[in-house]
Amino acid sequence: MNNNNPVIKIIASLADTKKHTLRISEKTIEKTRLTKQFLMELAEYCLFAAAVFRATFSRDFEFREFMRQCFQIGYKTLPLISVTGIIMGLVLTIQSRPALVNFGAVSLLPGMVAVSLIREMGPVITALICAGKIGSGMGAELGSMKVTEQIDAMEVSATNPIRFLVVTRVLAATLMIPILILYADGVGILGSWAGANLKGDVSFVLFFSQAFSHIGFHDFIPAVVKSFFFGGVIGFIGCYKGYNAGRGTESVGTAANSAVVMASLLVIIVDLIAVQITDMM
Amino acid sequence: MPETVIDIKDLHKGFGGQAVLANVTLKLYKGENLVVLGKSGSGKSVLIKCIVRLLDCDSGTINVLDQDVNALDGEALGTLRKKIGFLFQSGALYDSMTVKENLEFPLRRIRKELSQAEIDEKVMSVLTHVGLSDSMDKMPSQLSGGMRKRISLARTIVVDPQIMLYDEPTTGMDPVTSDEISALINEVQKKYKTSSIIITHDIECARGTANRIIMLHEGAVYLEGTLETFEQSADPFIKSFFK
Repeated sequence: MNNNNPVIKIIASLADTKKHTLRISEKTIEKTRLTKQFLMELAEYCLFAAAVFRATFSRDFEFREFMRQCFQIGYKTLPLISVTGIIMGLVLTIQSRPALVNFGAVSLLPGMVAVSLIREMGPVITALICAGKIGSGMGAELGSMKVTEQIDAMEVSATNPIRFLVVTRVLAATLMIPILILYADGVGILGSWAGANLKGDVSFVLFFSQAFSHIGFHDFIPAVVKSFFFGGVIGFIGCYKGYNAGRGTESVGTAANSAVVMASLLVIIVDLIAVQITDMM
Repeated sequence: MPETVIDIKDLHKGFGGQAVLANVTLKLYKGENLVVLGKSGSGKSVLIKCIVRLLDCDSGTINVLDQDVNALDGEALGTLRKKIGFLFQSGALYDSMTVKENLEFPLRRIRKELSQAEIDEKVMSVLTHVGLSDSMDKMPSQLSGGMRKRISLARTIVVDPQIMLYDEPTTGMDPVTSDEISALINEVQKKYKTSSIIITHDIECARGTANRIIMLHEGAVYLEGTLETFEQSADPFIKSFFK
Protein backbone atom coordinates (compact mmCIF):
# COMPACT_ATOMS: atom_id res chain seq x y z
CA MET A 1 0.00 0.00 0.00
CA ASN A 2 1.29 3.45 -0.90
CA ASN A 3 1.46 5.39 2.39
CA ASN A 4 2.19 8.60 0.51
CA ASN A 5 -1.24 8.49 -1.05
CA PRO A 6 -2.99 11.69 0.11
CA VAL A 7 -6.35 9.91 0.49
CA ILE A 8 -4.81 7.31 2.78
CA LYS A 9 -3.04 10.07 4.73
CA ILE A 10 -6.37 11.87 5.23
CA ILE A 11 -8.11 8.66 6.35
CA ALA A 12 -5.26 7.89 8.79
CA SER A 13 -5.36 11.39 10.29
CA LEU A 14 -9.15 11.11 10.67
CA ALA A 15 -8.70 7.79 12.48
CA ASP A 16 -6.12 9.39 14.81
CA THR A 17 -8.51 12.27 15.49
CA LYS A 18 -11.29 9.81 16.30
CA LYS A 19 -8.99 7.89 18.70
CA HIS A 20 -7.95 11.16 20.35
CA THR A 21 -11.58 12.31 20.61
CA LEU A 22 -12.62 8.98 22.12
CA ARG A 23 -9.86 9.27 24.73
CA ILE A 24 -11.01 12.79 25.64
CA SER A 25 -14.60 11.52 25.86
CA GLU A 26 -13.59 8.68 28.19
CA LYS A 27 -11.75 11.11 30.45
CA THR A 28 -14.71 13.48 30.43
CA ILE A 29 -17.10 10.64 31.25
CA GLU A 30 -14.88 9.53 34.14
CA LYS A 31 -14.61 13.09 35.51
CA THR A 32 -18.38 13.52 35.17
CA ARG A 33 -18.95 10.24 37.01
CA LEU A 34 -16.61 11.27 39.84
CA THR A 35 -18.22 14.71 40.08
CA LYS A 36 -21.66 13.14 40.19
CA GLN A 37 -20.49 10.71 42.89
CA PHE A 38 -19.04 13.57 44.95
CA LEU A 39 -22.20 15.68 44.65
CA MET A 40 -24.42 12.72 45.57
CA GLU A 41 -22.29 11.98 48.64
CA LEU A 42 -22.43 15.65 49.63
CA ALA A 43 -26.22 15.57 49.25
CA GLU A 44 -26.36 12.47 51.49
CA TYR A 45 -24.35 14.29 54.17
CA CYS A 46 -26.67 17.31 53.97
CA LEU A 47 -29.82 15.16 54.18
CA PHE A 48 -28.39 13.32 57.19
CA ALA A 49 -27.45 16.61 58.85
CA ALA A 50 -30.98 17.91 58.26
CA ALA A 51 -32.48 14.77 59.83
CA VAL A 52 -30.15 15.09 62.85
CA PHE A 53 -31.00 18.78 63.23
CA ARG A 54 -34.77 18.04 63.13
CA ALA A 55 -34.42 15.20 65.64
CA THR A 56 -32.33 17.38 68.00
CA PHE A 57 -35.19 19.82 68.45
CA SER A 58 -38.02 17.27 68.55
CA ARG A 59 -39.65 16.37 71.88
CA ASP A 60 -38.66 13.42 74.10
CA PHE A 61 -34.94 14.08 74.26
CA GLU A 62 -33.10 10.85 75.19
CA PHE A 63 -31.39 12.22 78.28
CA ARG A 64 -30.40 8.88 79.79
CA GLU A 65 -28.69 7.76 76.57
CA PHE A 66 -27.02 11.19 76.26
CA MET A 67 -25.53 10.85 79.78
CA ARG A 68 -24.38 7.31 78.95
CA GLN A 69 -22.60 8.59 75.85
CA CYS A 70 -21.00 11.43 77.82
CA PHE A 71 -19.59 8.80 80.19
CA GLN A 72 -18.38 6.62 77.30
CA ILE A 73 -16.77 9.51 75.43
CA GLY A 74 -15.48 11.53 78.36
CA TYR A 75 -14.55 9.25 81.23
CA LYS A 76 -13.44 6.27 79.16
CA THR A 77 -11.10 8.39 77.00
CA LEU A 78 -9.37 10.03 80.00
CA PRO A 79 -6.51 7.52 80.35
CA LEU A 80 -5.57 7.81 76.66
CA ILE A 81 -5.77 11.63 76.74
CA SER A 82 -3.71 11.72 79.95
CA VAL A 83 -0.85 9.79 78.38
CA THR A 84 -1.06 11.76 75.13
CA GLY A 85 -1.17 15.10 76.92
CA ILE A 86 1.84 14.39 79.11
CA ILE A 87 3.89 13.16 76.16
CA MET A 88 2.85 16.21 74.09
CA GLY A 89 4.14 18.61 76.72
CA LEU A 90 7.26 16.56 77.40
CA VAL A 91 8.27 16.25 73.75
CA LEU A 92 7.53 19.90 72.96
CA THR A 93 9.71 21.00 75.90
CA ILE A 94 12.60 18.66 75.07
CA GLN A 95 12.56 19.71 71.40
CA SER A 96 12.23 23.45 72.06
CA ARG A 97 14.66 23.87 74.96
CA PRO A 98 17.96 23.63 73.00
CA ALA A 99 16.83 26.33 70.52
CA LEU A 100 15.75 28.65 73.35
CA VAL A 101 19.03 28.05 75.19
CA ASN A 102 20.93 29.21 72.06
CA PHE A 103 18.98 32.46 72.10
CA GLY A 104 19.35 32.81 75.88
CA ALA A 105 15.57 32.70 76.16
CA VAL A 106 15.06 29.55 78.19
CA SER A 107 12.95 31.52 80.67
CA LEU A 108 10.33 31.82 77.93
CA LEU A 109 9.99 28.02 77.71
CA PRO A 110 6.94 27.68 80.01
CA GLY A 111 5.05 30.45 78.20
CA MET A 112 5.97 29.17 74.74
CA VAL A 113 4.84 25.63 75.57
CA ALA A 114 1.62 26.82 77.22
CA VAL A 115 0.65 29.04 74.28
CA SER A 116 1.51 26.30 71.74
CA LEU A 117 -0.48 23.70 73.65
CA ILE A 118 -3.53 25.83 74.33
CA ARG A 119 -3.75 27.50 70.92
CA GLU A 120 -2.95 24.66 68.58
CA MET A 121 -1.27 21.45 69.64
CA GLY A 122 -3.62 20.56 72.44
CA PRO A 123 -6.86 20.97 70.48
CA VAL A 124 -5.63 19.45 67.21
CA ILE A 125 -3.69 16.47 68.56
CA THR A 126 -6.38 15.66 71.11
CA ALA A 127 -9.06 15.94 68.42
CA LEU A 128 -7.09 13.62 66.12
CA ILE A 129 -6.75 11.08 68.94
CA CYS A 130 -10.50 11.38 69.60
CA ALA A 131 -11.24 10.97 65.87
CA GLY A 132 -9.37 7.67 66.05
CA LYS A 133 -10.89 6.37 69.26
CA ILE A 134 -14.34 7.92 69.41
CA GLY A 135 -15.00 8.34 65.68
CA SER A 136 -14.04 4.77 64.85
CA GLY A 137 -15.96 3.48 67.88
CA MET A 138 -19.14 5.21 66.75
CA GLY A 139 -18.67 4.07 63.16
CA ALA A 140 -18.14 0.47 64.21
CA GLU A 141 -20.95 0.43 66.79
CA LEU A 142 -23.60 1.93 64.53
CA GLY A 143 -22.35 -0.07 61.54
CA SER A 144 -22.66 -3.26 63.57
CA MET A 145 -26.16 -2.24 64.67
CA LYS A 146 -27.08 -1.62 61.02
CA VAL A 147 -25.80 -5.01 59.90
CA THR A 148 -27.62 -6.89 62.71
CA GLU A 149 -30.91 -4.99 62.06
CA GLN A 150 -30.90 -3.35 65.52
CA ILE A 151 -31.55 0.05 63.92
CA ASP A 152 -34.52 -1.42 62.00
CA ALA A 153 -35.78 -2.97 65.26
CA MET A 154 -35.60 0.44 66.92
CA GLU A 155 -37.51 2.05 64.06
CA VAL A 156 -40.23 -0.61 64.14
CA SER A 157 -40.69 -0.12 67.90
CA ALA A 158 -41.70 3.49 67.15
CA THR A 159 -38.39 4.98 68.32
CA ASN A 160 -36.61 7.50 66.12
CA PRO A 161 -33.16 5.85 65.76
CA ILE A 162 -31.56 9.13 64.74
CA ARG A 163 -32.78 10.81 67.93
CA PHE A 164 -31.72 7.90 70.13
CA LEU A 165 -28.43 6.91 68.49
CA VAL A 166 -27.10 9.90 66.54
CA VAL A 167 -28.26 13.04 68.34
CA THR A 168 -27.09 11.73 71.71
CA ARG A 169 -23.67 10.82 70.36
CA VAL A 170 -23.15 14.05 68.40
CA LEU A 171 -24.16 16.21 71.39
CA ALA A 172 -22.07 14.14 73.79
CA ALA A 173 -19.01 14.43 71.52
CA THR A 174 -19.59 18.19 71.09
CA LEU A 175 -19.69 18.64 74.87
CA MET A 176 -17.06 16.17 76.05
CA ILE A 177 -14.27 16.63 73.48
CA PRO A 178 -13.68 20.31 74.44
CA ILE A 179 -13.47 19.19 78.09
CA LEU A 180 -10.97 16.50 77.08
CA ILE A 181 -8.97 19.11 75.17
CA LEU A 182 -8.82 21.40 78.22
CA TYR A 183 -7.74 18.44 80.31
CA ALA A 184 -5.07 17.53 77.74
CA ASP A 185 -3.77 21.12 77.85
CA GLY A 186 -3.47 20.91 81.63
CA VAL A 187 -1.63 17.60 81.71
CA GLY A 188 0.47 18.81 78.77
CA ILE A 189 1.75 21.74 80.81
CA LEU A 190 2.42 19.24 83.63
CA GLY A 191 4.40 17.11 81.19
CA SER A 192 6.27 20.21 80.10
CA TRP A 193 7.25 20.94 83.72
CA ALA A 194 8.55 17.37 83.98
CA GLY A 195 10.53 17.91 80.75
CA ALA A 196 11.96 21.19 82.02
CA ASN A 197 13.20 19.40 85.13
CA LEU A 198 15.09 16.79 83.10
CA LYS A 199 17.79 19.36 82.29
CA GLY A 200 17.15 22.00 84.90
CA ASP A 201 15.49 22.61 88.19
CA VAL A 202 12.25 24.56 88.01
CA SER A 203 9.75 24.62 90.81
CA PHE A 204 6.17 23.68 90.05
CA VAL A 205 4.76 27.02 91.20
CA LEU A 206 7.31 29.06 89.24
CA PHE A 207 6.81 27.04 86.06
CA PHE A 208 3.02 27.31 86.13
CA SER A 209 2.96 30.99 87.02
CA GLN A 210 5.36 31.71 84.13
CA ALA A 211 3.25 29.57 81.81
CA PHE A 212 -0.04 31.25 82.67
CA SER A 213 1.42 34.75 82.63
CA HIS A 214 1.77 34.43 78.84
CA ILE A 215 -1.76 33.15 78.21
CA GLY A 216 -4.57 35.56 77.47
CA PHE A 217 -8.20 35.29 76.42
CA HIS A 218 -7.15 35.76 72.79
CA ASP A 219 -5.28 32.42 73.09
CA PHE A 220 -7.94 30.64 75.05
CA ILE A 221 -11.30 31.60 73.54
CA PRO A 222 -10.63 30.73 69.84
CA ALA A 223 -9.18 27.38 70.92
CA VAL A 224 -12.23 26.55 73.02
CA VAL A 225 -14.63 27.60 70.24
CA LYS A 226 -12.90 25.48 67.60
CA SER A 227 -12.79 22.50 69.96
CA PHE A 228 -16.62 22.49 70.00
CA PHE A 229 -16.54 22.27 66.19
CA PHE A 230 -13.99 19.45 66.41
CA GLY A 231 -16.32 17.55 68.74
CA GLY A 232 -19.33 18.11 66.50
CA VAL A 233 -17.45 17.01 63.38
CA ILE A 234 -16.07 13.85 65.01
CA GLY A 235 -19.50 12.86 66.37
CA PHE A 236 -21.32 13.61 63.13
CA ILE A 237 -18.89 11.81 60.81
CA GLY A 238 -18.61 8.77 63.09
CA CYS A 239 -22.40 8.47 63.25
CA TYR A 240 -22.91 9.14 59.54
CA LYS A 241 -20.45 6.45 58.46
CA GLY A 242 -21.88 3.88 60.86
CA TYR A 243 -25.54 4.65 60.22
CA ASN A 244 -25.00 4.41 56.45
CA ALA A 245 -22.86 1.27 56.50
CA GLY A 246 -23.67 -1.43 54.01
CA ARG A 247 -25.27 -4.74 54.87
CA GLY A 248 -22.22 -7.01 55.12
CA THR A 249 -19.77 -7.44 58.00
CA GLU A 250 -16.98 -6.01 55.84
CA SER A 251 -18.89 -2.74 55.79
CA VAL A 252 -18.49 -2.39 59.58
CA GLY A 253 -14.72 -2.23 59.22
CA THR A 254 -15.06 0.11 56.25
CA ALA A 255 -17.37 2.39 58.26
CA ALA A 256 -14.94 2.54 61.20
CA ASN A 257 -11.94 3.17 58.97
CA SER A 258 -13.58 5.84 56.82
CA ALA A 259 -14.97 7.55 59.95
CA VAL A 260 -11.42 8.00 61.27
CA VAL A 261 -10.02 9.20 57.95
CA MET A 262 -12.82 11.65 57.20
CA ALA A 263 -13.06 12.98 60.78
CA SER A 264 -9.28 13.51 60.94
CA LEU A 265 -9.29 15.33 57.61
CA LEU A 266 -12.18 17.56 58.66
CA VAL A 267 -10.46 18.38 61.97
CA ILE A 268 -7.47 19.69 59.98
CA ILE A 269 -9.73 21.65 57.61
CA VAL A 270 -11.77 23.15 60.47
CA ASP A 271 -8.51 24.11 62.17
CA LEU A 272 -7.32 25.83 59.00
CA ILE A 273 -10.57 27.82 58.76
CA ALA A 274 -10.42 28.67 62.48
CA VAL A 275 -6.84 29.92 62.18
CA GLN A 276 -7.77 32.15 59.24
CA ILE A 277 -10.73 33.63 61.15
CA THR A 278 -8.63 34.17 64.28
CA ASP A 279 -5.93 35.83 62.20
CA MET A 280 -8.46 38.28 60.74
CA MET A 281 -9.78 39.29 64.18
CA MET B 1 -66.48 -13.18 56.93
CA PRO B 2 -63.48 -12.72 59.26
CA GLU B 3 -62.16 -9.20 59.75
CA THR B 4 -59.23 -8.24 57.50
CA VAL B 5 -56.29 -6.74 59.38
CA ILE B 6 -53.79 -6.52 56.48
CA ASP B 7 -54.92 -6.01 52.88
CA ILE B 8 -52.19 -5.91 50.21
CA LYS B 9 -53.09 -5.22 46.56
CA ASP B 10 -50.82 -5.35 43.51
CA LEU B 11 -47.63 -4.77 45.44
CA HIS B 12 -44.51 -4.15 43.35
CA LYS B 13 -40.99 -3.73 44.69
CA GLY B 14 -37.69 -3.87 42.86
CA PHE B 15 -34.02 -3.13 43.49
CA GLY B 16 -31.71 -1.84 40.78
CA GLY B 17 -34.18 -2.67 38.01
CA GLN B 18 -34.69 -6.22 39.27
CA ALA B 19 -38.29 -6.93 40.38
CA VAL B 20 -38.39 -8.70 43.76
CA LEU B 21 -42.14 -8.52 44.31
CA ALA B 22 -44.46 -8.42 41.31
CA ASN B 23 -48.19 -7.93 41.65
CA VAL B 24 -48.52 -9.50 45.11
CA THR B 25 -52.06 -9.51 46.51
CA LEU B 26 -52.89 -11.08 49.86
CA LYS B 27 -54.97 -10.62 53.00
CA LEU B 28 -54.34 -11.41 56.64
CA TYR B 29 -57.47 -12.14 58.66
CA LYS B 30 -57.92 -11.46 62.35
CA GLY B 31 -56.57 -14.17 64.64
CA GLU B 32 -54.90 -16.32 61.98
CA ASN B 33 -51.32 -17.43 61.38
CA LEU B 34 -50.58 -16.86 57.69
CA VAL B 35 -47.38 -18.56 56.57
CA VAL B 36 -45.60 -17.12 53.53
CA LEU B 37 -43.43 -19.83 52.02
CA GLY B 38 -40.87 -19.48 49.31
CA LYS B 39 -37.31 -20.10 48.22
CA SER B 40 -34.52 -17.80 49.37
CA GLY B 41 -34.71 -14.60 47.34
CA SER B 42 -38.40 -14.93 46.52
CA GLY B 43 -39.20 -11.62 48.25
CA LYS B 44 -40.66 -12.87 51.55
CA SER B 45 -38.63 -10.59 53.86
CA VAL B 46 -39.11 -7.64 51.48
CA LEU B 47 -42.88 -8.21 51.73
CA ILE B 48 -43.06 -7.85 55.51
CA LYS B 49 -40.59 -4.95 55.53
CA CYS B 50 -42.91 -3.13 53.11
CA ILE B 51 -45.83 -3.78 55.51
CA VAL B 52 -44.09 -1.83 58.31
CA ARG B 53 -42.52 0.57 55.80
CA LEU B 54 -38.95 -0.28 56.56
CA LEU B 55 -38.91 -0.38 52.76
CA ASP B 56 -41.07 1.77 50.46
CA CYS B 57 -42.89 -0.19 47.78
CA ASP B 58 -42.73 0.95 44.16
CA SER B 59 -46.49 0.62 43.62
CA GLY B 60 -49.56 -1.01 45.10
CA THR B 61 -51.49 -0.49 48.33
CA ILE B 62 -50.89 -1.85 51.80
CA ASN B 63 -53.72 -1.35 54.30
CA VAL B 64 -52.97 -2.27 57.89
CA LEU B 65 -55.85 -1.99 60.38
CA ASP B 66 -57.75 0.10 57.78
CA GLN B 67 -54.88 2.57 57.31
CA ASP B 68 -52.94 3.03 54.07
CA VAL B 69 -49.35 2.55 55.26
CA ASN B 70 -47.83 4.41 52.30
CA ALA B 71 -49.90 7.53 53.01
CA LEU B 72 -48.96 7.86 56.69
CA ASP B 73 -46.59 10.58 57.91
CA GLY B 74 -43.93 10.08 60.61
CA GLU B 75 -46.11 10.38 63.74
CA ALA B 76 -49.06 8.43 62.33
CA LEU B 77 -46.69 5.71 61.08
CA GLY B 78 -45.15 5.52 64.55
CA THR B 79 -48.61 5.13 66.11
CA LEU B 80 -49.44 2.27 63.71
CA ARG B 81 -46.08 0.58 64.32
CA LYS B 82 -46.87 0.44 68.04
CA LYS B 83 -49.59 -2.08 67.19
CA ILE B 84 -47.23 -4.31 65.17
CA GLY B 85 -44.58 -6.63 66.55
CA PHE B 86 -41.69 -7.57 64.24
CA LEU B 87 -39.42 -10.52 65.03
CA PHE B 88 -36.23 -10.11 63.01
CA GLN B 89 -34.36 -13.07 61.58
CA SER B 90 -31.25 -12.27 63.61
CA GLY B 91 -33.22 -11.38 66.72
CA ALA B 92 -31.82 -7.82 66.65
CA LEU B 93 -31.32 -7.58 70.42
CA TYR B 94 -29.55 -4.37 71.46
CA ASP B 95 -25.98 -5.44 72.27
CA SER B 96 -25.28 -2.69 74.80
CA MET B 97 -28.35 -3.50 76.95
CA THR B 98 -29.15 -6.36 79.29
CA VAL B 99 -32.12 -8.64 78.57
CA LYS B 100 -34.23 -6.63 81.06
CA GLU B 101 -33.25 -3.33 79.41
CA ASN B 102 -34.01 -4.78 75.97
CA LEU B 103 -37.55 -5.60 77.06
CA GLU B 104 -38.03 -2.30 78.89
CA PHE B 105 -36.89 -0.31 75.84
CA PRO B 106 -40.06 -0.59 73.69
CA LEU B 107 -42.29 -0.75 76.76
CA ARG B 108 -41.12 2.65 78.06
CA ARG B 109 -41.75 4.24 74.68
CA ILE B 110 -45.00 2.59 73.68
CA ARG B 111 -46.68 2.23 77.09
CA LYS B 112 -45.66 5.49 78.73
CA GLU B 113 -48.52 5.25 81.23
CA LEU B 114 -46.95 2.27 83.03
CA SER B 115 -45.11 2.73 86.31
CA GLN B 116 -41.72 1.11 86.95
CA ALA B 117 -43.40 -1.58 89.06
CA GLU B 118 -45.84 -2.38 86.24
CA ILE B 119 -42.96 -2.48 83.73
CA ASP B 120 -41.02 -4.89 85.97
CA GLU B 121 -44.09 -7.10 86.32
CA LYS B 122 -44.74 -7.14 82.57
CA VAL B 123 -41.10 -7.94 81.78
CA MET B 124 -41.06 -10.82 84.26
CA SER B 125 -44.37 -12.12 82.87
CA VAL B 126 -43.19 -12.37 79.24
CA LEU B 127 -39.79 -13.76 80.25
CA THR B 128 -41.57 -16.47 82.22
CA HIS B 129 -43.79 -17.13 79.22
CA VAL B 130 -40.74 -17.78 77.00
CA GLY B 131 -39.05 -19.77 79.76
CA LEU B 132 -36.13 -17.40 80.42
CA SER B 133 -37.03 -15.60 83.64
CA ASP B 134 -33.50 -16.19 85.02
CA SER B 135 -31.82 -14.37 82.11
CA MET B 136 -32.87 -10.89 83.10
CA ASP B 137 -29.43 -9.51 83.89
CA LYS B 138 -27.56 -11.26 81.08
CA MET B 139 -26.17 -9.50 78.03
CA PRO B 140 -27.23 -10.78 74.58
CA SER B 141 -23.68 -12.01 73.93
CA GLN B 142 -24.07 -14.42 76.85
CA LEU B 143 -27.12 -16.11 75.30
CA SER B 144 -27.34 -18.98 72.83
CA GLY B 145 -29.03 -18.50 69.43
CA GLY B 146 -32.27 -20.10 70.61
CA MET B 147 -32.32 -18.03 73.79
CA ARG B 148 -31.73 -14.84 71.79
CA LYS B 149 -34.64 -15.68 69.49
CA ARG B 150 -36.91 -16.29 72.49
CA ILE B 151 -35.84 -13.04 74.17
CA SER B 152 -36.49 -11.22 70.88
CA LEU B 153 -39.95 -12.76 70.78
CA ALA B 154 -40.48 -11.65 74.38
CA ARG B 155 -39.42 -8.10 73.45
CA THR B 156 -41.93 -8.14 70.60
CA ILE B 157 -44.91 -9.39 72.62
CA VAL B 158 -44.21 -7.31 75.74
CA VAL B 159 -46.07 -4.36 74.16
CA ASP B 160 -49.20 -6.48 73.38
CA PRO B 161 -49.19 -6.03 69.60
CA GLN B 162 -52.26 -6.77 67.52
CA ILE B 163 -50.23 -8.01 64.55
CA MET B 164 -47.05 -10.08 64.61
CA LEU B 165 -44.60 -10.35 61.71
CA TYR B 166 -42.05 -13.17 61.98
CA ASP B 167 -39.03 -13.07 59.66
CA GLU B 168 -37.64 -16.61 59.40
CA PRO B 169 -38.20 -17.42 63.10
CA THR B 170 -36.54 -20.86 62.98
CA THR B 171 -33.63 -20.21 60.62
CA GLY B 172 -30.36 -21.43 62.06
CA MET B 173 -32.05 -23.37 64.86
CA ASP B 174 -31.72 -27.10 65.57
CA PRO B 175 -34.94 -29.16 65.10
CA VAL B 176 -35.73 -29.25 68.84
CA THR B 177 -35.36 -25.48 69.26
CA SER B 178 -37.31 -24.90 66.01
CA ASP B 179 -40.22 -26.91 67.45
CA GLU B 180 -40.03 -24.86 70.66
CA ILE B 181 -40.15 -21.59 68.68
CA SER B 182 -43.09 -22.87 66.59
CA ALA B 183 -44.91 -23.87 69.80
CA LEU B 184 -44.24 -20.40 71.23
CA ILE B 185 -45.68 -18.79 68.08
CA ASN B 186 -48.91 -20.77 68.59
CA GLU B 187 -49.01 -19.87 72.29
CA VAL B 188 -48.60 -16.17 71.40
CA GLN B 189 -51.48 -16.48 68.95
CA LYS B 190 -53.73 -18.03 71.63
CA LYS B 191 -52.71 -15.92 74.61
CA TYR B 192 -52.33 -12.50 72.97
CA LYS B 193 -54.98 -13.03 70.22
CA THR B 194 -52.54 -11.84 67.57
CA SER B 195 -52.85 -12.04 63.81
CA SER B 196 -49.51 -13.13 62.34
CA ILE B 197 -47.58 -13.40 59.10
CA ILE B 198 -44.76 -15.95 59.37
CA ILE B 199 -42.08 -15.80 56.69
CA THR B 200 -40.23 -19.08 56.39
CA HIS B 201 -38.79 -21.70 54.12
CA ASP B 202 -38.90 -24.25 56.99
CA ILE B 203 -41.68 -26.71 56.16
CA GLU B 204 -41.85 -28.07 59.71
CA CYS B 205 -42.40 -24.54 61.04
CA ALA B 206 -45.12 -24.06 58.40
CA ARG B 207 -46.73 -27.36 59.38
CA GLY B 208 -46.62 -26.45 63.06
CA THR B 209 -48.02 -22.91 62.84
CA ALA B 210 -50.03 -22.30 59.65
CA ASN B 211 -53.75 -21.70 59.52
CA ARG B 212 -53.26 -20.71 55.88
CA ILE B 213 -50.26 -20.74 53.52
CA ILE B 214 -49.23 -18.53 50.61
CA MET B 215 -46.32 -19.53 48.43
CA LEU B 216 -44.26 -16.88 46.67
CA HIS B 217 -42.33 -17.80 43.56
CA GLU B 218 -40.32 -15.26 41.52
CA GLY B 219 -41.94 -12.41 43.41
CA ALA B 220 -45.55 -13.40 42.78
CA VAL B 221 -48.18 -15.44 44.64
CA TYR B 222 -47.88 -18.99 43.27
CA LEU B 223 -50.50 -20.75 45.37
CA GLU B 224 -52.71 -19.97 48.35
CA GLY B 225 -54.51 -22.43 50.57
CA THR B 226 -54.45 -24.62 53.66
CA LEU B 227 -51.68 -27.05 54.57
CA GLU B 228 -53.74 -29.87 53.01
CA THR B 229 -53.99 -27.94 49.73
CA PHE B 230 -50.20 -27.79 49.53
CA GLU B 231 -49.52 -31.33 50.71
CA GLN B 232 -51.98 -32.78 48.19
CA SER B 233 -50.83 -30.56 45.30
CA ALA B 234 -49.43 -32.33 42.23
CA ASP B 235 -47.45 -29.26 41.18
CA PRO B 236 -43.76 -30.26 40.96
CA PHE B 237 -42.55 -26.96 42.51
CA ILE B 238 -44.90 -27.37 45.51
CA LYS B 239 -43.97 -31.03 45.83
CA SER B 240 -40.28 -30.11 45.96
CA PHE B 241 -41.03 -28.10 49.13
CA PHE B 242 -43.26 -30.68 50.76
CA LYS B 243 -41.36 -33.89 49.97
